[in-house]
Amino acid sequence: MSDFMLIAVSTLDATIRVSTPLILCAMAGLFSERSGIVDIGLEGKMLAGAFAAAAIAAVTGSAWLGLGAAISVSICMALLHGFACITHKGNQVVSGLAINILASGLTVTLGIAWFHQGGQTPLLSGDARFFSIDLPGALAVADIPVLGTIYTQLISGHNALVYIAFMTVPVTWWLVYQTRFGLRLRAVGENPQAVDTAGISVFWLRYRAVICAGLLCGIAGAYLSIAQNASFIREMSAGKGYIALAALIFGKWRPKTALLACLLFGFLEALTVRLEGVPLPLIGEVPAQLMQATPYILTVVLLAGFIGKAIAPKSIGIPYSKER
Amino acid sequence: MLSQDNTSQGAARSPAIDLRKINKSFGPVKANKDVDLIVAKGSIHGIIGENGAGKSTLMSILYGFYEADSGEIWVNGKLTSIHSSKDAITTGIGMVHQHFMLIDTFTVLENVMLGAEQSSSLKQSKKSARAELQRLSTEFGLAVDPDAMTGDLAVGLQQRVEILKALYRGAEILILDEPTGVLTPQEVQQLFDILQALRERGVSVMLITHKLQEIIAITDEVTVMRGGTMVAPRETAKTNKEELAELMVGRKVLLRVDKEPAKPQQVLLEAKNLTLLDSAGIARLDDVSLQVRAGEILGIAGVSGNGQTELLDVLSGISAVQRGSVVLNGVNIDKNNVLNAKDFRHLSLGHVAEDRHKQGMVTQFSARECAIMGFQDEPEFNGRLLMDNAAVTEHCASLMQQFDVRPNNPHLKAANFSGGNQQKLCIAREIERQPKVLLVGQPTRGVDIGAIEFIHQQIVSLRDAGNAVLVVSVELEEVMSLCDRIVVMFEGRIVGEMAAVDADAQKLGLLMGNAGGGDSDNSTTGVVS
Repeated sequence: MSDFMLIAVSTLDATIRVSTPLILCAMAGLFSERSGIVDIGLEGKMLAGAFAAAAIAAVTGSAWLGLGAAISVSICMALLHGFACITHKGNQVVSGLAINILASGLTVTLGIAWFHQGGQTPLLSGDARFFSIDLPGALAVADIPVLGTIYTQLISGHNALVYIAFMTVPVTWWLVYQTRFGLRLRAVGENPQAVDTAGISVFWLRYRAVICAGLLCGIAGAYLSIAQNASFIREMSAGKGYIALAALIFGKWRPKTALLACLLFGFLEALTVRLEGVPLPLIGEVPAQLMQATPYILTVVLLAGFIGKAIAPKSIGIPYSKER
Repeated sequence: MLSQDNTSQGAARSPAIDLRKINKSFGPVKANKDVDLIVAKGSIHGIIGENGAGKSTLMSILYGFYEADSGEIWVNGKLTSIHSSKDAITTGIGMVHQHFMLIDTFTVLENVMLGAEQSSSLKQSKKSARAELQRLSTEFGLAVDPDAMTGDLAVGLQQRVEILKALYRGAEILILDEPTGVLTPQEVQQLFDILQALRERGVSVMLITHKLQEIIAITDEVTVMRGGTMVAPRETAKTNKEELAELMVGRKVLLRVDKEPAKPQQVLLEAKNLTLLDSAGIARLDDVSLQVRAGEILGIAGVSGNGQTELLDVLSGISAVQRGSVVLNGVNIDKNNVLNAKDFRHLSLGHVAEDRHKQGMVTQFSARECAIMGFQDEPEFNGRLLMDNAAVTEHCASLMQQFDVRPNNPHLKAANFSGGNQQKLCIAREIERQPKVLLVGQPTRGVDIGAIEFIHQQIVSLRDAGNAVLVVSVELEEVMSLCDRIVVMFEGRIVGEMAAVDADAQKLGLLMGNAGGGDSDNSTTGVVS
């Protein structure tokens, strides 16, 4: 029983670690897409953020400066996306793809030029990384069965960015549903003309939305390179941005359901790692490749039919122009 | 001379709106040329003109959507510059757009306060907005449930929300752009009552429309626009429909359809108990039966979206018959004998689609290509291997000649013709083959008055040649004047039938809202008494 408990707790613990960048990116996508801007560039922004964080942390030795750099770079890329799709009314998917390709190429090129380690950044240690934090009382309650274990192993002992990620969900919910900014954000994704005729600038509103997206993607990137890992590795985002986008759609563009979708995807990935090489009853040992593919297969299946109709913000993907 | 009068009168009362020499061009097109307009305070001012006369451009300038190339805008005696909708709102101008500027997934309250929230917290804003909304509702008699989901409301109520939105922002000048296009006659009457209440409380109303009836019914003054210029200001009491129509078009126009009484003969088209379910299982057509005889025009009246489109689709073979049957020229078509639209055409059926841009033509094709659509496989247009281009062009040129399509150029892209000329081309294509049965959806939607007269004449002469015609239109005036017999559709059912000579707007309107059927009136959901 306690063996099972330990396995369960450590799988869930892994789930939290794997879900963190998904949650940050999904919330990022939520701001952008609720304002009517398709954000397929979550992946690229996160990757660029990861590189910036690792590079700056390596040079300065400060994880917080690294985080700042990640956020700045990611916001710059978000603004680039905004400039292409809001100001110049470009195709949002094409612009997002361009962001991804740019990030993928530029991070490796700059990495080789600056650090001469085949695109990687130097290994970080000490204050250049975010380390796990023990929450108050974690040691004291460690011996209490079940609840104590859950608190010590599962809830306590993560790095600051994990807690930030989980906090972004209620903050996003509050911003989107409880503030004037949120009301206008939701409105502009549904009917930008109504927002314009109400005397609000559609452009500025959408720029603010993509800036929010940039901010959160930057945190996700920093998490990858200076919290979860100890350096930048080429293509380290590995499709997480796309999975987060899928989770956002799966969660019907709502913070709480998107969080659940992220946790589901994270759990599946954690389970994959756990079950690798372990023979399952009846089935036997499942090939690792199949296990690794499961979350993606599930994404396709879920998106294709199981979640019912996902009703997107009505004006998503359509550039707004005043002149009719 | 008249404008002189208005100016002196306006100076005394300081008009709500005084536009002077407004000019606006889009590329080579002059949408507004030296437009002057004076709207007296606390009056209802009508602006009438054909499509493309520049009404909407002028209002967009006033509401800050466009900026004028030159000219002055005086509001309440002060020279103002309006660069954005925000400026317009601050100046006290509110606008109710033809296509509502509402968020369907928001509540009425959220829609009303959007952009004019009192605080950055929604809770606070909602509280103060709710109180203000309550006050406005009582003062102007505009009852709407603030917590209703806007997308669920009937169109008339959505329009109310738009008016409340403007009033909530403190509008003293209200512009309404084609406000009655989507309303039932009862809803139009309610709207007019509201406008009168607004006038009594000192709000100036500008009503943009192409419907002469409305101008006469409600306005105090009227200005006619034609080709981007103000043609004439008139006092409504001193003018009439005929004069206004003539000013709009620039020549005399016959407003009534001139036709002999119908001489109905044998039944050419019959629908028997047609029922059509959509993919969600909702009945779009519910046990519809009707007959159309040779030598008569049957009109189908109803608020748009009550099954007319689906009926046309089934009667023309676009949708397969699910339950019931269609008898066309003696051929029975039902579930066991499914025919497609091409087969229907071969049974001598012509179909002028409701939405000419979606179904009637391909706007990116040339006129000559559009003129053979549906008949492209006919031997007369085809050589052994390739299409006979000369014959296609020749055919189109002759249609254009007969039906007065302008410009008379078969090679011009369909998109470059005006709405009226596109419609004439579509109608020409179908009528030219003298079909035994002709279905016409919205014969004059987006068509100018001058062309309306011509299209109606063509339909009547097809009838007089002994053919059956079925007309679907949301314009009551049109149904009453063009058709010989009228049926009314409501929620997929036929709820009434009468001879056109017995029909009036009141009777039809009650049926269209199904208030005559004794059922409770669904269209008023969301109203607080």
